[in-house]
Amino acid sequence: MAMLFSLVARAEQLTIAVASNFAAPMQQIARQFEQRSGHQVKLAFGSTGKIFAQIYHGAPFQAFFSADQAKPAQLVELGLAEASSRFTYAEGKLALWSSKSKFVDSNGEVLSHGSYNRLAIANPKLAPYGAAAVEVLQQLGLEESTRRRQVQGENISQTYQFVASGNADLGLVAVSQLLQDGSTTKGSVWVVPEHLYSPIRQDAVILQRGLDSSAMNEFWEFVQSAEARAIIRAYGYRTAQKIDNNINAE
Amino acid sequence: MLNNADLAAIWLTLKLATTVTLLLLVLGTPLAYWLAKTRSWWKGPVSAVVTLPLVLPPTVLGFYLLIFMGPQGPLGKLTESLGLGTLPFTFTGLVIASLLYSLPFVVQPIQNAIEAQGRHLGEVAATLRAGPWDSFWHITLPLAKPGIVTATVLGFAHTVGEFGVILMIGGNIPGETRVVSVQIYDHVEALEYARAHWLSAAMLVFSFSVLLALYLLQRRKSADGWRYGPQ
Repeated sequence: MAMLFSLVARAEQLTIAVASNFAAPMQQIARQFEQRSGHQVKLAFGSTGKIFAQIYHGAPFQAFFSADQAKPAQLVELGLAEASSRFTYAEGKLALWSSKSKFVDSNGEVLSHGSYNRLAIANPKLAPYGAAAVEVLQQLGLEESTRRRQVQGENISQTYQFVASGNADLGLVAVSQLLQDGSTTKGSVWVVPEHLYSPIRQDAVILQRGLDSSAMNEFWEFVQSAEARAIIRAYGYRTAQKIDNNINAE
Repeated sequence: MLNNADLAAIWLTLKLATTVTLLLLVLGTPLAYWLAKTRSWWKGPVSAVVTLPLVLPPTVLGFYLLIFMGPQGPLGKLTESLGLGTLPFTFTGLVIASLLYSLPFVVQPIQNAIEAQGRHLGEVAATLRAGPWDSFWHITLPLAKPGIVTATVLGFAHTVGEFGVILMIGGNIPGETRVVSVQIYDHVEALEYARAHWLSAAMLVFSFSVLLALYLLQRRKSADGWRYGPQ
């Protein structure tokens, strides 16, 4: 079937910008899609803010997978993206993590009682995971008491790096990062209960340059398929509830 | 225009650049002298190491420094055993990183200036019974002055312009590790373009003025051998 299809349709090339935190699952999704469709997908990774600026200044991307909801919405407003294409492709989860084993307890009490040198979070001004981290600290009433020990990574990857290298005893990182390494066993972790922060929703949009592409329509369908969503979940994200209900609940 | 956080970043940057430049002049001058005079086999490897920060991307330097100064790294273990904690996310950590980062910009102009003097002067001084220490202070250094001026200006300016390494080991702490270049990056990433413009323009004007002053100075005293870069 797939073979036949690729013979009929003309093979196209798609260029898609992706927020770095979603790099690994997207590579897998793109590979699957290429095998299926015979189209080619080129992926460009970067921080959401930088990609936004590049699109604004005419970068040749046809779609954008953002780490937040604000930037895709803003692109729609600016007339650079197609409103009807916008959807939430993933929801991030937050975890308190240490590269030392048995350092983080199963209730995250180390944050209030433990002795740790530093707590790494992502820059709340720039990174959705950073904003969520600050929310968690506020909810727990720990924002003041942890402030002196806070260090900020410019993005969630750098935050992970600070903890992985042992320079910070603790960090609020993305669950997807801990699974990505294939080893949740490394160090100790507390998955932060989701009522402590607002959902970290990541939206995608088709950009102006991708509008006339039939390959892009195929890709958009594929990203929302059960198969692609299974990949996304395997990397520690939740997939949007709305779509889940259409098929069957997890 | 510039708000308090911007001003704090500017002040911190100037403090960092001044500290680093002074330390580099003290440490770099003997090193430059040795490199200019030595016939040792070690000259090759040492020169290569001094030049490395010119070619290495800041990400490589920052990544290794993070590990090297971390709790598992050799320097991290040393500072922890001395009760100083680890260096990333501290001003001292930034100073050490910047020393490495700006090292070639200070050592090379001074080394070039000393090499250009040749061995002849030292030999003449020796026949007049000047000891090596004497001739270093009264002949080598005064004659190397233009090279030292170039080194000071470039070392300072290059530290002001440092970004990648600080981003990787700084942790973005206001008043401690959030320098101007990182502050600009934050503004740009947060789409606060107006604020980014003010700081960026200030940085551009500063860098241009410094370099212009340097080149005017060089032209006025166009002595051979102390220009920065290939002759």
